[in-house]
Amino acid sequence: MTTGSFLLDRHLLSVLIALPAVGAAGVLCLPRERRADIRNASFLVALAEFLVSLLVVARFDPGTAAMQLSESVPWIPRYGIGYIVGVDGISLWLLMLTTFITPIAILSAFSAVERHVKEFMVFMLVLETAMVGVFVAVDLFLFYVFWELVLIPMYFLIGVWGGERRIYAAIKFFLYTFVGSVLMLVAILALFFHHSEAAGFYTTDLMKLYGLAIPLKMQFWLFGAFFLAFAFKVPMFPFHTWLPDAHVEAPTAGSVILAAILLKMGAYGFLRFSVPLFPAAAADFAPMIAALAVVGIVYGALVSMVQKDIKKLVAYSSVSHLGFVMLGLFAFNLQGIEGGILQMVNHGVSTGALFLLVGILYERRHTRLISDFGGLARVVPVFSACFMIVALSSIALPGTNGFVGEFLILLGAFRANAWLTAAAATGVVLAAVYMLWMYQRVMFGEVTHEENRRLPDMNVRELACMLPILLLVFWIGVYPQPFLRRMDATVRAYVARYEAAKQAALSPSAPGETMFTRYFGAGK
Amino acid sequence: MVTGALEYLWLVPAFPLLGVVLNGALALFAERPLLLSGAGAGGVAPYRRAVAVLAPAAVGASFAAALLCVASLAARAPDDRLFVRFLFPWIEAGSFKAPASLLLDPLSAVMILVVTGVGFLIHVYSVGYMSHERAFARYFTYLNLFTFSMLVLVLADNYLLMFVGWEGVGLCSYLLIGFWYDRRSAADAGKKAFVVNRVGDFGFLLAMFLAFWTFGSLTYTEVFARAGGMAASGTLTAGLATTITLLMFLGAVGKSAQIPLYVWLPDAMEGPTPVSALIHAATMVTAGVYMVARSGALFLLAPATMTTVAVVGAATAIFAATIGLCQTDIKRVLAYSTVSQLGYMFLACGVGAFTAGIFHLATHAFFKALLFLAAGSVIHALSGEQDLRKMGGLKGRVPVTFVTMAVAALAIAGIPGLSGFFSKDEILWKAFNAPAYGPVLWAVAAATAGITAFYMFRLVFLAFYGPSRMDPGVEKRVHESPWTMTLPLSALAVLSVAGGWVGIPAVLGDAVGVPNLLERWLSPPGAVGAEHHSAALELGLMALSIGIALGGIWLAHRLYRARPETPGAIAARWPALYDAVRNKYYVDELYDRALVRPAVRAAEWLWQMFDARLVDGIVNGAAVLVRAAGERVRRLQGGIVGGYAFSLLLGAVLIVGYIIYRSAG
Repeated sequence: MTTGSFLLDRHLLSVLIALPAVGAAGVLCLPRERRADIRNASFLVALAEFLVSLLVVARFDPGTAAMQLSESVPWIPRYGIGYIVGVDGISLWLLMLTTFITPIAILSAFSAVERHVKEFMVFMLVLETAMVGVFVAVDLFLFYVFWELVLIPMYFLIGVWGGERRIYAAIKFFLYTFVGSVLMLVAILALFFHHSEAAGFYTTDLMKLYGLAIPLKMQFWLFGAFFLAFAFKVPMFPFHTWLPDAHVEAPTAGSVILAAILLKMGAYGFLRFSVPLFPAAAADFAPMIAALAVVGIVYGALVSMVQKDIKKLVAYSSVSHLGFVMLGLFAFNLQGIEGGILQMVNHGVSTGALFLLVGILYERRHTRLISDFGGLARVVPVFSACFMIVALSSIALPGTNGFVGEFLILLGAFRANAWLTAAAATGVVLAAVYMLWMYQRVMFGEVTHEENRRLPDMNVRELACMLPILLLVFWIGVYPQPFLRRMDATVRAYVARYEAAKQAALSPSAPGETMFTRYFGAGK
Repeated sequence: MVTGALEYLWLVPAFPLLGVVLNGALALFAERPLLLSGAGAGGVAPYRRAVAVLAPAAVGASFAAALLCVASLAARAPDDRLFVRFLFPWIEAGSFKAPASLLLDPLSAVMILVVTGVGFLIHVYSVGYMSHERAFARYFTYLNLFTFSMLVLVLADNYLLMFVGWEGVGLCSYLLIGFWYDRRSAADAGKKAFVVNRVGDFGFLLAMFLAFWTFGSLTYTEVFARAGGMAASGTLTAGLATTITLLMFLGAVGKSAQIPLYVWLPDAMEGPTPVSALIHAATMVTAGVYMVARSGALFLLAPATMTTVAVVGAATAIFAATIGLCQTDIKRVLAYSTVSQLGYMFLACGVGAFTAGIFHLATHAFFKALLFLAAGSVIHALSGEQDLRKMGGLKGRVPVTFVTMAVAALAIAGIPGLSGFFSKDEILWKAFNAPAYGPVLWAVAAATAGITAFYMFRLVFLAFYGPSRMDPGVEKRVHESPWTMTLPLSALAVLSVAGGWVGIPAVLGDAVGVPNLLERWLSPPGAVGAEHHSAALELGLMALSIGIALGGIWLAHRLYRARPETPGAIAARWPALYDAVRNKYYVDELYDRALVRPAVRAAEWLWQMFDARLVDGIVNGAAVLVRAAGERVRRLQGGIVGGYAFSLLLGAVLIVGYIIYRSAG
């Protein structure tokens, strides 16, 4: 057996974590003036990563809810910290989304990034390692390391390659995340010590921590800490204000990664940590989170409507879309959660594509103001056709990916809370308003600015970025079963475990007991 | 041979889909480079000939396949006329299953014949009408895509798949209304249509959620069976049934342009005229009627919804008809007429006469498509002129157009023997027998019939009779349309005359020995409720409605032929009323002030106040503090990494604090 096949057979996930980092090291060795080589090499590394990750799908067994392709190596045995990785039906598609989007983002930066190409590419690859790590880590400590590792390259991507107000945006991004990270670290350590007290040994193995019974009062505080960390990241209303600034200032590739993958880390955090670890608190918080999600849906859509900058419009639409995701996850039924996970992928694909398209415009005109465009459909027909398809997928037209996710979310959420869901469904109307209105002002009408008359249409490289995305838009829209089927067992088990844990923790509830008295009342 | 045809039902939507692919490829790879290079506006490029053949052929093949399938269905025993073909699983999550499955039963059979038949004629017509259009292939790609979506809509075996077609036709409508997107008004109208339809779709979506969690399925047969069972056992309350059906009806109101969501349809006239004929008259806008008729079993369990449907239908019928009185744009007259006629169809459904509603849907598809196509032929002859005030005297100049349009006008006015007479009178009779407000509904519908006859002949007299009011430059170029346009006109004229005989009411049919084929086809034997009113009453009301129709035509003749100065005098006598009607009762303005502008203002306010001031105020305040703290740490580390280290430090401090707290507690 060769080393290569040994690694791919036994250590596939580790290979996926290491490959971009090793690639980054290789790129680092290239002389900085060979920019074309640096670009090509980085793209090839990311492409190779994607191809290798296809093996994960091939080997994934849809029949089991357990972690698969797992690897476990003691790391700091004294504290029970291990290098434990694995994938299940929740993380599989987020991992695939990461490996799918990264090469596209890198390819999109070939001409957009002219300064410090080498550093840019190295950061992109390191970022990929960190993101893959976040989605496959099954050890709390390891997760935290990757979670923090994501921030550094993203901070630099915004701060170095960003627009005019990049420093403000980067600091704002950092500040939010900083507060969230600290809170999460505190919560992780509290959990760690609580486990050692209860079980008599140290561990950060998530699967072991899942079995831990945590007192209600503690659940409340720990859930709260994790909630803030993840809610900042999602971002949930009203913690979203870093997002428009970060997006507007970030370079295109950074925006794509930020929207497509980084935002998903927050929602993923709820699925992987908050809910399974603290099911009782999650149950109590669920109505509040669902309400915030719905406010976010409507608020994000309304504010999108009045944006003058296309990129900011797309950024606010993300607030709305992630509201849908959170609504689905906190419906706590199969339809809502599967819809939520699928919608994470959909949002990554569609909004990532929107940022790519805005970037293509920006590269040509160095403006993103809606009023600087108009009548582009005649000038750049291929671009406007791509934009139309992506916009339709973003507003969840049936036949595109967005519909499948949004429908399942609302279907599941309706069961949990019909009135909230009715309010959320107004977002379906508002999405059509802000998206089509923007599209009309940019694409339709007469050409109003002379400099737009000679805009070149998409080139081969840009088409190569868009085609895989369009393919996925229709694939998930028309035949989502391959995606849903692989989530099924995991989500089923997840819901069952949640229900059981919630019952055990909350029953029998005392008469007249409220969330407040349960957590803050005497006793317990 | 015929019996096996059903296995190939999937070909019915597949042909138009193939047309989309082929024409789309031609649009992308042959037409686009030509347009970009600035050349190729002429009608000679070979790809255009390919499109002109491919697009109608795709729909023609679909029509042929539909004919075979329907024949095959008809060969079955009446109680066995239900064919379901599972294609592939679409969305499955837990107990939720929405497959891509097609269903052919008598109802969808009528629909696919109308859609592909009328659709085929309009495709042929479009070849002539759009011959000067630069984006020829793009047009036919959209038109084929529309046909495909519409077939999905009517052939779906569950609500979710119906919704795919439902929003799909909405998309095509959006694309085709805004086909000439250089024009601001066209782009606006397209967007308005899509958004208003989405308001309806909001209801449709909620109806599906509620239906699924109530019945555990979205497949028609299962939903209706379980609804019936639950209603019988008392587990389905009237309130629940009413809520589900009212939400569905909201969807229908949006798609079929009823009060209060009709406002998009008149604006939709910005699209090319064949589009108005196909989408905004014959097929798409009737989807709401189809949905209600399809869900008849469910609606019948909710009497309150039925009454709502009937009242909304009747109100829309007369309301839109009055607006049609004063419009001067030939297409807008027809648009309001369509809104009004759709009201009739809902009135029929609301009184439980689903067959009558579908009957009128079919005859209306014939004569209204004909009216639009004839209007298109007039517009074509007048180099794009749509203003009735600038027409006149066209009778001899465009004879085929004139004759066919006159036939259609007689049909919609309800002249005996023509299709519109049978279907409209069926609705009037059923409305009269409605369980609630029967005579009132009848009176409103009959008054609408009079108004309809009036505005229709106002149009005919203004366009074809009297002295010419055309611009001299336009008048010189007046010509009858080519055969690709006049042939579909003639075919539709034949249908407008003869199409009604399939649904002849028993009271007349028995006399001449013609059975009511449509009713037998759509209603299983025995389900047809026997009416207890006398034949004399039915014939009397019929005579009355004929009188009303003739009265309307007479009045139009009097006002627009005999004394052409009278309309101006009437307008001068009641200026406020005239202005209100001319301005469509200011409903668009009302929506703009009451809904659109406040929403935009609220959004602006939220963004400026909440995001920028409140939240960011807090965040920036915190940032100042952190930066101040960071300044000190920077001496040790430097840069933002210092801030990062600071965060870890702070975290560590907090942790230690927590441990101390815990060990103390």
